[in-house]
Amino acid sequence: MSFSATNFAQPRPVPVGIRSNEKSLSSDPFRFRFRGSPSFLGSPHSLRFNPTPPLKLAIPHCRRSTAAAVTDVKSSANMLITKEEGLELYEDMILGRFFEDMCAQMYYRGKMFGFVHLYNGQEAVSTGFIKLLKKEDTVVSTYRDHVHALSKGVPARAVMSELFGKATGCCRGQGGSMHMFSKEHNLIGGFAFIGEGIPVATGAAFSSKYRREVLKEASADHVTLAFFGDGTCNNGQFYECLNMAALWKLPIIFVVENNLWAIGMSHLRATSDPEIWKKGPAFGMAGVHVDGMDVLKVREVAKEAIERARRGDGPTLVECETYRFRGHSLADPDELRDPAEKARYAARDPISALKKYMIENKLANEQELKSIEKKIDEVLDDAVEFSDESPLPPRSQLLENVFADSKGFGIGPDGKYRCEDPKFTQGTAHV
Amino acid sequence: MATLFQGLPSSTAFSSSNKFNHAPAPTSFSGTWNNERKSSIVTVRSDARWSPVLNSATHKPQRLITNAVATKADSSLASTSSKPGHELLLFEALREGLEEEMERDPCVCVMGEDVGHYGGSYKVTKGLATKFGDLRVLDTPIAENSFTGMGIGAAMTGLRPIIEGMNMGFLLLAFNQISNNCGMLHYTSGGQFKIPAVIRGPGGVGRQLGAEHSQRLESYFQSIPGIQMVACSTPYNAKGLMKAAIRSENPVILFEHVLLYNLKDRIPDEEYVLSLEEAEMVRPGEHVTILTYSRMRYHVMQAAKTLVNKGYDPEVIDIRSLKPFDLHTIGKSVKKTHRVLIVEECMRTGGIGASLTAAITENFNDDLDAPIVCLSSQDVPTPYAGTLEEWTVVQPAQIVTAVEQLCQ
Repeated sequence: MSFSATNFAQPRPVPVGIRSNEKSLSSDPFRFRFRGSPSFLGSPHSLRFNPTPPLKLAIPHCRRSTAAAVTDVKSSANMLITKEEGLELYEDMILGRFFEDMCAQMYYRGKMFGFVHLYNGQEAVSTGFIKLLKKEDTVVSTYRDHVHALSKGVPARAVMSELFGKATGCCRGQGGSMHMFSKEHNLIGGFAFIGEGIPVATGAAFSSKYRREVLKEASADHVTLAFFGDGTCNNGQFYECLNMAALWKLPIIFVVENNLWAIGMSHLRATSDPEIWKKGPAFGMAGVHVDGMDVLKVREVAKEAIERARRGDGPTLVECETYRFRGHSLADPDELRDPAEKARYAARDPISALKKYMIENKLANEQELKSIEKKIDEVLDDAVEFSDESPLPPRSQLLENVFADSKGFGIGPDGKYRCEDPKFTQGTAHV
Repeated sequence: MATLFQGLPSSTAFSSSNKFNHAPAPTSFSGTWNNERKSSIVTVRSDARWSPVLNSATHKPQRLITNAVATKADSSLASTSSKPGHELLLFEALREGLEEEMERDPCVCVMGEDVGHYGGSYKVTKGLATKFGDLRVLDTPIAENSFTGMGIGAAMTGLRPIIEGMNMGFLLLAFNQISNNCGMLHYTSGGQFKIPAVIRGPGGVGRQLGAEHSQRLESYFQSIPGIQMVACSTPYNAKGLMKAAIRSENPVILFEHVLLYNLKDRIPDEEYVLSLEEAEMVRPGEHVTILTYSRMRYHVMQAAKTLVNKGYDPEVIDIRSLKPFDLHTIGKSVKKTHRVLIVEECMRTGGIGASLTAAITENFNDDLDAPIVCLSSQDVPTPYAGTLEEWTVVQPAQIVTAVEQLCQ
């Protein structure tokens, strides 16, 4: 499952990053250069960044992470997951994958429009993290949010009909692909501009801390996950929020889904120091790098980060090395990426990897996994059928959710609040 | 700064006294507070005294009314002798409103630069951090976009934050969050998340503060759907609007003005909340409707003095609600006077005055005897030099000239 033969055999020590009081460690710039060969990022060789100096490996002081290479676990008696957990993870990833494939189909059949960004290939990150959360924990995503919504528990029907723009969608058809929200499942977006969700996630984490410390709610230990990509890591909001989260020890985990490409811009061409996890320690928080194509490794890292946040020890920055198998969106011809790179990552498909793991470790057999896939097929067929049959939003819905309190539309010439005008409820009033 | 305005009546017509219980004014004038909808514990009587409403003897805050039609003050209501109220400066009134709301609801919190230990650059939050703690009155790093977004995320997850921009102009950096998230998320989430945040701060042209500290953000924010904007101009409406904004379920942007913080006036002791959507009748009149808000209200009232001496009778309305406009109060006035003059501090292009002109033309064109005149600041970055700065902003003399021309 690891990307290159050199790292195959030994467990890769994952740099965990320094706490701000560990001053002695911070001065050595080589401390966290556990990176493999310079081409690990998979970009065309001609775009190589400054080659890293020869690695000085394995500084003993650094804590080794629990994220061992999956192949190593095979021989030990301690499985990383139980059978039930394994099946849950598998089902969630299959749901994500099949759903996105269905979206592509539906898009080309003219059932959904606009910008649709698919998550194929990155399922390990969503499943690895979100399946560890409680319902009260919050997830904040970006425009590539369908699978985050599904992992968090939003029904496939609700997501699909939102994509179809129907009134039964999770946002009544008003949000669309890039704005998935669910109050019930604590999914706060869905954001179209990159980076604009990170402060909102910071706010959700602030709320959690506020409840615990000001309102004295002992059970308020909810954590927030903010998902975003490599392109966002060059955006100011990212850094401003890293600062605030570490400053106030907010219960938040910043999950970077580094798929190396921001539409057509390679991460290496956009970033002076492409190793994003290193930016965590610069702000005084733990920075972790993990193989985002391996759901079990992601899960192990996620466990530690979530526990840290829950007990009040502050944020973590997790960089997941992952890849999207499709283009940036359904409108992207995806001509820029090297086919060899795509092939390399396709060989590391997280779903195949988990399947292989489960079968080799006798956690499940072919039959059980096939039945999961069949079940998901049925879920999706039902979702599409439901969405097809759902009504489009009526005109009367146009003005309903502009304000939480519709007095905000003001007072009309006749002295009555405009929202009392019957044309208002019909959606034909001019505002 | 304070002395310039102390001589001006802040809440009444030309009476030289600022006390609320002055002798009854000319018959058509009914005092500032009388026209407030009966939405608060206090109703103000036609003789400008105020008395507690009978059924609020227990001091329980009443529900804000849902009926928009003004209920006439019932003259048969027995009025207990009105308390004299207390005098304070506008920034203290803001603080009082803020403090009362923070005591009332533990979810109300403040965040912004220097709001905590420093007490706020304009002292609006002075003493609050000591009283409520560092988390409830949060000193943020200098990252407007992110802490505004943080406030929005907190509002979506159950808190009621008041986000302070040290100067409204700094909120240009938060435009992404204010427009996309604050304004739109209630809609794009299909109504699932509300954002009961208040964004407030001082703006407007000050005394030689330079171009970037003299901006009028209301013109930039007015197009954002899903937000409300109000501008306060007196200690009375400052406190009332602050409380209303905090209690509102909608995101509200409260515009204060740098030059008005030291205005002194007397406000009621009893709790009161004003309506966010209503305009304020400052001086009833017959000849011309002058619509204004914030600092320009004082330039208008100064011009009104001159105009009265010249025999004119202007009706002055402080629109207060910049988005949405109170078309009822404005419409009633237009139907009475048939002439409209808008005096604003925004720039000529795309300001509140421009929108107001369009709204009045659209709704009340038949009632106008003359085209609407809009006096705005010049489309010029506010210069530093005092003389130049004076010429970019509307001055009372221009207002007098405009009224004279309009009433020919």
